[in-house]
Amino acid sequence: MSVDLASARTGRGAPQAALACALAIGFAYLAPADGYYLNIFMQAATYAIAVTGLVIVLGYCGQISIAQAAFFGIGAYGVAIGTVDFGLDFFTSMALGVGASGLLGLILGLGSLRLGGHYLAMVTISFQQIMTLFATNWISFTHGPDGIKNIPRPDLFGFSFEPGNAFLGLCLVILVLVTWFIWRLKTSRLGRAMQAVRDNELAAGTCGIDVFGTKVIAFGLSAVVGGIGGALFAGGFRYISPDQFSFGESIVLLTMALLGGVQSPFGALVGTSLLVVLPEWLRFLKQVYLAVYGAAVILIMVFLPDGLWGIVLDRLRLRAKSIDGAVPRLPLLAERGTESTEIVLEVKGLAKHFGGLKALDGVDLSVRRGSVHALIGPNGSGKTTFINVITGLYRPTAGTVRFAGADITHDQPHQRNHAGLARTFQNIRVFRGMTVLENVMVGAERKGNDIAENPTKVVERALAALDFVGLRGDAHRLVGALSYGHQRYVEIARALAASPKTLLLDEPAAGLNLTEKQELGALLRRLKGHGLTIMIIDHDMNLVEQVADHITVLNFGRRIADGLPADVLSHPDVIAAYLGEPRNEAA
Amino acid sequence: MAIFLQLLFTGLGIGAIYALVALGFVLLIRAASVVNFGQGQFSMVGAYLLVVFFNVLEVPYIVSMIISVVLMAGFGVLFAGATYWPLRHRGGLPVIISTIGASIFLENIVLVLYGPSPEVLPGLFDEPGIQLGQVFMDSQYLSILVSAALLVVLQYVIFEKTLLGKKLQATSQDKEMASLLGIPVALMILITFAYSSMLGGLAGMLVAPILFVSVGMGGLIALKAFAANIIGGYGSIPGAILGGLALGVVETLGASYISVPYKDAFAFAMLLAFLMVRPQGLFGEKISEKA
Repeated sequence: MSVDLASARTGRGAPQAALACALAIGFAYLAPADGYYLNIFMQAATYAIAVTGLVIVLGYCGQISIAQAAFFGIGAYGVAIGTVDFGLDFFTSMALGVGASGLLGLILGLGSLRLGGHYLAMVTISFQQIMTLFATNWISFTHGPDGIKNIPRPDLFGFSFEPGNAFLGLCLVILVLVTWFIWRLKTSRLGRAMQAVRDNELAAGTCGIDVFGTKVIAFGLSAVVGGIGGALFAGGFRYISPDQFSFGESIVLLTMALLGGVQSPFGALVGTSLLVVLPEWLRFLKQVYLAVYGAAVILIMVFLPDGLWGIVLDRLRLRAKSIDGAVPRLPLLAERGTESTEIVLEVKGLAKHFGGLKALDGVDLSVRRGSVHALIGPNGSGKTTFINVITGLYRPTAGTVRFAGADITHDQPHQRNHAGLARTFQNIRVFRGMTVLENVMVGAERKGNDIAENPTKVVERALAALDFVGLRGDAHRLVGALSYGHQRYVEIARALAASPKTLLLDEPAAGLNLTEKQELGALLRRLKGHGLTIMIIDHDMNLVEQVADHITVLNFGRRIADGLPADVLSHPDVIAAYLGEPRNEAA
Repeated sequence: MAIFLQLLFTGLGIGAIYALVALGFVLLIRAASVVNFGQGQFSMVGAYLLVVFFNVLEVPYIVSMIISVVLMAGFGVLFAGATYWPLRHRGGLPVIISTIGASIFLENIVLVLYGPSPEVLPGLFDEPGIQLGQVFMDSQYLSILVSAALLVVLQYVIFEKTLLGKKLQATSQDKEMASLLGIPVALMILITFAYSSMLGGLAGMLVAPILFVSVGMGGLIALKAFAANIIGGYGSIPGAILGGLALGVVETLGASYISVPYKDAFAFAMLLAFLMVRPQGLFGEKISEKA
């Protein structure tokens, strides 16, 4: 029925991949058997595999790895040592090398990815240096600087890959399969999680994505793919030595990815092909050629931020069709329900101190199921800190948070989301590199959502949420292309698609003009009466009065009033907090 | 014991070099949130400038050093113009990558100009050194330690006692607020680049008589300086200094008592160990994103 529902199908792109495999085999057999050209093709194919690994970690997940040559080398040494020294079969050695590469990747990732991006960059450089030291100095195992010669090529079911053309065919087929896998990864649940982490870690966590776990998987996968490339490289060239896997080579691989465009495995293919072939053409540059490489990296970052393939992608995106056809309504809207006496969110003695500043100082608050509960207070009264503590972005100094009957005080943000807590942000946090639909799909895919495991239903649910906020026509646009107000609706749709038990809205009217505020008020009124618990923070009293069943007022981190809107808004302390004490006027 | 004390002295000397480069790193991280992977090439360029002025043009040693350090300030600004300025609004990642590009560019341009064979520079003083009890204090190592100590004091005075220092601190703490108060934030960032480049260049000149001057000399120093940063606590100035010294000592002792070929691995092993056990470093990182 539509472009995107079709794309959720399994086996997507399989015919094209099969065709590409056939073409690859044809090419390998037609390629000149002479050593020089065969070597160039072999190098391009095996490097390209390693570079597509960088697409996963850098392009999709936004983490810098500068050790791809080290993982490439581990795969290569696995094959070389396994076959030459231990007499193992090629594919067994390859599995060992790739396994070691992936395992080391996981360990490095587990150690460094909890921290900021620059840590991974640093740790991977260190790892790269240590690997080179081992390869050079651990002579009894790696043969040292002399390298390993006479690496055999495999046999499979009686078919020998010994001839150069046959082995090139094997490399190219594996390249096609890896590319296909990574291309599909981008539009998978895991791939979207990676991109969400890349674009906004905080928002990704509150959308139910395990940020740390996702980064570790991305890095581990890229190490595995790097290892595969290296294993084939060892078979292709039959000789390896430590200098082929040095820091400089890691930079070359990184440059290939950046030049082609790190957002897509096809970009990796373009970048690798160019940079393997170009040096052959640019031989006249001799020593200057690495300097040109370095300058090229800067120029690419400045002038081609999305790489060569990025230019193609922009063209393709312009052609994206809009989605027609009927979409079911949000299931929430079919339900009926009003405020009950049951407490869904219960906060006791909540405190958050930043050094000497007591942003929250012992707040108690109970939110009833099905109610719209407003939290108001002057600037700096602790409202946003409150939401950040509730959603797990800040650790409380003291106090407890119970949600839906369970103590969630020490849970991670994504675990709270899985329990049914969804939020929006005061300063909009959308995933800028993704389309409107993909943004909302990330919300719908939260673990614990009824349809999370069914890709077709996830698209349906996301479209339903977009339909509700009136943005279905923009589903395929990049979210950054929308106006500020509409980006806020994307955030609300993202939260609604998650079918949350409780929705937290952090100043949804901030930055909106009058018309947009009225639209927002209408939208919130449409959400009422369906049993969804909403907690809203805002300054706009008009909006708050329209929708709130219950109001809590904070000032200087303490609760100063709590109750029905009419009572609270006429409370003398509240009036004083908002308008100032009478004696201040006199002074 | 005599050997241990001797190694400790040597380790502190080399550690002081790491500390100076690490200091340049930290200042850029604080002022511009830039993780500069070209920091080591500042040292390499500084050392080659000294080679040009002293070995080639035969300018007196101290004068050569002063000219080189001044030129390094200009170099820092050029570096900022190429790698940081065009990308400053695009987040951390593009700048990191462009500084990596710049480091490759610089190494290879110098390689083309000077070739792969290392240059030799004499020490700052003709005397070989002083015997103090059981420890022989090599004059160059002493020069390094004294210069590093003076620079740390000088930097403290500039940052804490002068208006320029206050402006630089304000810029690193809150750029928006600083610019609202009329502080020229862009200029402050350029000054930081210039200063960071001078520090790195000076470290290169001081270490040159010990290590030889080669295109690759900076890369390894910078990696260790970065490791020193994380060990000391990312973004912490005392952390950078102590981390650098600690790294120099561990590496020197490790090379002597455990293994020479794996000398360079100790720094990285120490870094990995810290990341696993105490990722906030000795002095702790204070960086949290506001929601």
